Amino acid sequence: MATKTIREQYPVLSRQVNGHRLVYLDSAATALKPQSVIDAERAYYEHYTANVHRSVHTLGEEATGAYEAARGRVRSFLNAGADDEIVFTHGATEGLNLVAHGYGGTHLQPGDEIVMTPAEHHSNLVPWQQVAARTGARLRFVELGADGTVSLDAVRAVLSPRTRVVSMFHSSNVLGTVNPIADIAREAHRVGAVMVVDGAQSVPHMPVDVAALDADFLAFSAHKLGGPTGVGALYGKRALLAETAPLYFGGEMIEQVEREHSTFKAPPERFEGGTPHIAGVIGLGAALTFLSEVGMERIYQHDRELAALAYDRLAQVDGIEIYGPDHDRQSLVAFNVKGVHPHDVAQVLDARGIAVRAGHHCCQPLMSWLDVGSTVRASFYLYNEPDDIEALVEGLQHTVRFFHGA
Amino acid sequence: MELDELYREVILDHNQNPRRHGRLTDPSASQGLYNPTCGDRITVDVQVRDEKVADAAFDGHGCSISTASASMLMDSIVGQPLDEARRTARGFIDFITGRREEPPPGEWDSLAGVRRFASRVKCATLAHNALLQALDELQADPAHPESPPKDD
Ligand SMILES: Cc1ncc(COP(=O)(O)O)c(C=O)c1O
Repeated sequence: MATKTIREQYPVLSRQVNGHRLVYLDSAATALKPQSVIDAERAYYEHYTANVHRSVHTLGEEATGAYEAARGRVRSFLNAGADDEIVFTHGATEGLNLVAHGYGGTHLQPGDEIVMTPAEHHSNLVPWQQVAARTGARLRFVELGADGTVSLDAVRAVLSPRTRVVSMFHSSNVLGTVNPIADIAREAHRVGAVMVVDGAQSVPHMPVDVAALDADFLAFSAHKLGGPTGVGALYGKRALLAETAPLYFGGEMIEQVEREHSTFKAPPERFEGGTPHIAGVIGLGAALTFLSEVGMERIYQHDRELAALAYDRLAQVDGIEIYGPDHDRQSLVAFNVKGVHPHDVAQVLDARGIAVRAGHHCCQPLMSWLDVGSTVRASFYLYNEPDDIEALVEGLQHTVRFFHGA
Repeated sequence: MELDELYREVILDHNQNPRRHGRLTDPSASQGLYNPTCGDRITVDVQVRDEKVADAAFDGHGCSISTASASMLMDSIVGQPLDEARRTARGFIDFITGRREEPPPGEWDSLAGVRRFASRVKCATLAHNALLQALDELQADPAHPESPPKDD
């Protein structure tokens, strides 16, 4: 599929913003939705609304069938071993909390160590802070390289026999780096730790194979790959999910309930208490189908090419500082315009129809490490094209003129 | 929306040359505030003498809207009696959040464009909230007795 054909699948791209064509460069925050995802959600509401796993009637059968088919789609998309290793969540944040509280909270002892980097999204940091405080475990941080990259040597330097958990992002939402998870997982396993992967930014942009990575847990969100908001999935190895405690107790997740105590279903139902976001799960399945049809390898190359182009073009603009490495970038560029606050940059770009993110990107420790309060971030996806980057560059030149009157 | 409706000349000027920027050596009260959406931090220092703002300054890094707004606030409150400084800050917050139609007297109408951008209201009112908290703290401190503010 050519980018033009792909773009036609995304209805939002046809709208105007402030009198300009929309240049959407904020997919790392949330991706646009293709028509097939919108149609899939709508079909559930229009044709077979029913609860799942409860109703014997036809609509109930259809809804349960579609819901479980989506589980199968996630399994094959991640190359997981079995459907029951896929838990539906409300997103990466819930997936990471489930691992931190449900697994970490029940396995960590005082003095045990949790290894991560200073570049984690708050969703992969704050849950572990909470669990560490409750269990007496300690957080250990891998030293970042000068350009923000995570090297295997730096990981080895903090691993110890006390390491029980290594929890790390796969692809950074600020630096655009990709961590060598397969190698890190091998080192983690060598010291007897479990490998938890925050796949929020990798699953949308590259082929992710949990078997090849030998990840123990991997969480991602549907909305960052074109699926609905408020839904996502957690992969967990069967043996580890069996030792994980649920976050929510109630309907759907129980087996037998008596007055004084209850027994729970096996994973994954054990972790899906209450009526789930059924239309959202079906939409997630449709989003994965769409991406698979385009081809993840192709999307991977496309996004990397755009990131490399953006880096090169922005590096030519006077007064722009880019954060992270100068090569091997995955799908985004974070930067600042000298003397202009990121909010102001984003505001001026918005007046030209260009949507970028300005802020700390839920990575305050990384902002401290970079010694900035916040940055601008332009992020790319399969529907972006080189013209979008040219629009960004022109917009930034205009921004500099606007504030510095050059 | 034309950009210069939001970024009036006055704002760009205050942003380029912020007035009373820095710290006071011996403030009667100071208050730091954090804007969690953008990671910006601002500190407002006030020096109070005879129930008046004798001196004021703000420090920290922010966007043009928050810098200009803080700069205007510092300029306008120096010399004002404390309850008038409070009224200035409250009046502006009410104006920007749409609780009142008329801006307080002074340069404040130059920030009127912010009213259309919910995401920027926090930026525009950060210094004002810091000032109000600093003055509240001062009032609670018996070393600086002051009559409670009248609600207006
Ligand atoms: C690296 C990373 N991890 C986790 C998350 C959290 O995702 P969600 O807000 O969808 O739960 C995000 C999204 O901002 C992210 O970029």
